[in-house]
Amino acid sequence: MPEQLVFAMEVFLNGLMAGVLYALVALGFVLIYKASGIFNYAQGVMALFSAMTLVGIMEGQVPFSHLINAILGTSVHHFGWHLPAALAILVTMGVMVLLAWLVQVVIFRHLVNQEPIILFMATIGLAYFLEGLGDLMWGSDIKKLDVGLPQGINLWIDETTFNIFDYGFFIDNLDIVATIIAAILVGILVVFSQYTKQGRAMRAVADDHQAALSVGVSLSFIWVMVWSVAGFVALVAGIMWGAKSGVQFSLSLIALKALPVLMLGGFTSIPGAIVGGLIIGVGEKLFEFAIGPIIGGATENWFAYVLALVFLVFRPQGLFGDKIIERV
Amino acid sequence: MLDQEQGYVTADGRQIGGTVMDMRNITLRFGGVTAIKDISFDIREGEIRAIIGPNGAGKSSMLNVISGFYVPQEGDVYFRGQKRAPMRPYEVARQGIARTFQNIALFEGMSVLDNVMTGRLTQMKAGILSQALWRGKAEKEEVENREICEKVIDFLEIQHIRKTPVARLPYGLKKRVELARALASEPKLLLLDEPMAGMNVEEKEDMSRFILDVNDEFGTTIALIEHDMGVVMDLSDRVVVMDYGRKIGDGTPDEVRNNQEVIDAYLGVSHD
Amino acid sequence: MFYREAGDFKTSYQDDNQTFPIKFDRYRYYFVLFVAFAIIPFIINDYWANAVFLPFLIYAIAAIGLNILTGYCGQVSLGTGGFMAVGGYAIYKFMTAFPDVNVFFHVILAGLVTAFVGVLFGLPSLRIKGFYLAVATLAAQFFLVWLFNRVPWFYNYSASGQITAPERTVFSNPVTGANSEPWMVYLFCLVFLVMLTLVARNLTRGALGRSWMAIRDMDIAAEIIGVNPLKAKLTAFAISSFYVGVAGALYFSVYLGAAETEAFGITKSFNILFMIIIGGLGSIFGSFAGAAFLVLLPVVLKNVLVAWLGWPTDLAAHLEFLIVGGLIITFLILEPHGLAQLWRVAKEKLRLWPFPY
Repeated sequence: MPEQLVFAMEVFLNGLMAGVLYALVALGFVLIYKASGIFNYAQGVMALFSAMTLVGIMEGQVPFSHLINAILGTSVHHFGWHLPAALAILVTMGVMVLLAWLVQVVIFRHLVNQEPIILFMATIGLAYFLEGLGDLMWGSDIKKLDVGLPQGINLWIDETTFNIFDYGFFIDNLDIVATIIAAILVGILVVFSQYTKQGRAMRAVADDHQAALSVGVSLSFIWVMVWSVAGFVALVAGIMWGAKSGVQFSLSLIALKALPVLMLGGFTSIPGAIVGGLIIGVGEKLFEFAIGPIIGGATENWFAYVLALVFLVFRPQGLFGDKIIERV
Repeated sequence: MLDQEQGYVTADGRQIGGTVMDMRNITLRFGGVTAIKDISFDIREGEIRAIIGPNGAGKSSMLNVISGFYVPQEGDVYFRGQKRAPMRPYEVARQGIARTFQNIALFEGMSVLDNVMTGRLTQMKAGILSQALWRGKAEKEEVENREICEKVIDFLEIQHIRKTPVARLPYGLKKRVELARALASEPKLLLLDEPMAGMNVEEKEDMSRFILDVNDEFGTTIALIEHDMGVVMDLSDRVVVMDYGRKIGDGTPDEVRNNQEVIDAYLGVSHD
Repeated sequence: MFYREAGDFKTSYQDDNQTFPIKFDRYRYYFVLFVAFAIIPFIINDYWANAVFLPFLIYAIAAIGLNILTGYCGQVSLGTGGFMAVGGYAIYKFMTAFPDVNVFFHVILAGLVTAFVGVLFGLPSLRIKGFYLAVATLAAQFFLVWLFNRVPWFYNYSASGQITAPERTVFSNPVTGANSEPWMVYLFCLVFLVMLTLVARNLTRGALGRSWMAIRDMDIAAEIIGVNPLKAKLTAFAISSFYVGVAGALYFSVYLGAAETEAFGITKSFNILFMIIIGGLGSIFGSFAGAAFLVLLPVVLKNVLVAWLGWPTDLAAHLEFLIVGGLIITFLILEPHGLAQLWRVAKEKLRLWPFPY
């Protein structure tokens, strides 16, 4: 097998796995958008915030320690405990549900009939607010997240591929685990929205707020639920990315990456988020691998956006999105 | 070139001219749904032509074809004798066709006056540089067009709200502002999509009076979609009746009123 | 009692079209201009210029630009930072390639280049709308920043990748480089701001402004009544990008003096977007108000929290995020038309003061 092709295969596989993670983040967007018409720019910061909270709870950090110390002149930093990962995750999930409730009650309940662009800008405001809050609560230094997921190069794959191709694929264990978890999560979400009572109610709300109200669906409850689910997805994404590259500001930039995913897949489609994520993940890595060296590298910064842009010009609703019918 | 029939004068002294809009064998499809099936009718200059029919008959779609928003898959549109070449809606507007919309399409971020002024946009020609400096042609044009708009505003009796943001107006006044915007462009053909929808008796009387006045004073040709039969009978010179995308009646209000097919359509006789 | 219109009748449409129909407003405006041109240059110093006035003037220009595109024409753009970069790198190339031409013209040329680039990236707006367009502008943002980072021609093949503004003078006074005096730089920027504001005011109250707002409010209806969407959207992109390009050129050449692409990142885009949200979408005054607010906020926070209360600086930075985010949300809920609307309401009340209604 020609060497370049083998390299390309490795890049392809890594791309697939990055794609699954993108898809996971994109899913959070799709859910909120489908249920409330809000495009949640804050999804990425929610991932960051949830990861920071998780680390903070696990390590027993005192929230707002920096601020408290500045005001009171004290020097507290830690409570002194270390929570096991599973428990900490549960607590963090509780925090995210509380956050979802607050977001709904304080912000979006008051913005019910506003145009989509206003809602979008509100989520940008929320993103900034959450970022400031997260930094204030837990500090903005890079944190290491260790929830016990396996890390390091998968040796079995390395050896096996070496025997077949004469070249060992470097695939990180963490990526494999992330892919599996993400795939499971996607499956759960799809089942949830299609087959459960709450999921059906959510889809009803996404279709028509008024009609859903008239059959007795509580909009508030659904929206809190949707934001909680998005929060949960954010937490999982935060854990995966955080374990990989540390919990830091750049985590929130994943949200930006999810945007081209959504543009490709359509904002209202769950399968679209998945397919879009995979296409972007693979496309990015392959482009950088093949063309990157010629034009200076680091093309991953912009390739996804340009690809989505070109695609959108020819198909404005994305691959699976609802066709935009202009009515007068 | 199209044969233009001779004009005539109506009982109340209005001048009706030759054909100004001729729809020939129009068929319009959306995917698998045929909204308009092979419909032909004409509109004569200076007349008031009503388009009526049960809900879903395709009337709004027909109006959209006339204003150039939908392009029929089959058939031709002839305006003032010329076959309409493929063109964008704003080019159709430039030819002198103005309209109002069923669900009000006013520009909610602007005042009444500004909305009416947008009706003049097809006529405002001053270049960007002139506008940027607000001298010469741009300023003159602005004042001239303002005068025309103020005349329309006076005509429709909305002077008292000219600086009010339209978002704050009640429904009836919004409809009137939309009419003002359409009139501001001094159209050859005015399309009204359910101008009386949602109005009470008084408002309908006012609107009817305005429509008649527009036709009387300016000789504007008017095509309107309307559900209120009383209004249709009173206002229109001729009527087109549509049902399920087909034309089932075409003539004076009296002729149409006694047409069995029309009666069936409204009373809901089952179709095969 | 002093804010009165009674007796101040307009006898022509021309008068009614004035920017400041109420006499008091007009005098206030002349007063501000007087202070800006005749007083501040004499009392300004390095700190005030760099911390407050220069960023305010420059960001106000950028905010007006973005407001034209997003506030008046309704095309959301998240690429403002990238377009400022075009302005900054364009003026760098012009300054280094044509050292004898006055830098004043280079600023304008840089704006024109940015206008051209803006039209290019604005072409998709004919097919894409709303969020999709916002994301498409992100393509512009990331691509442009990458371009200036990676293609050495843009930074004249310097080893560090940084661009530095060579010294240039206007009327024999340096405006760029280490020898420039704060009052000269201030006046240079002020002249641009005043000229550009006048043009923006004229454009937005005329036919072009109306066609922009029609597209913003209901683009399909706008086209049906005769607005050419291509012309409206592309002119909005062109003019908006011109303003942003001028701001970028000034930002690099007279304010920073030296820059790398980081200075034009996505944070910049959001900053300017926040300025027009807080200040007021679709309002020239709002652009000023928003720029002033977001320039002053970190200065105030730093002076109060760090200098006065002794808190660490990163705490102040975090609080700034919190406050800005919270304010965005508050404004969107309570007053979507921003500070400009609050100002308008205050003026309405002032017209009646001291009567309640």
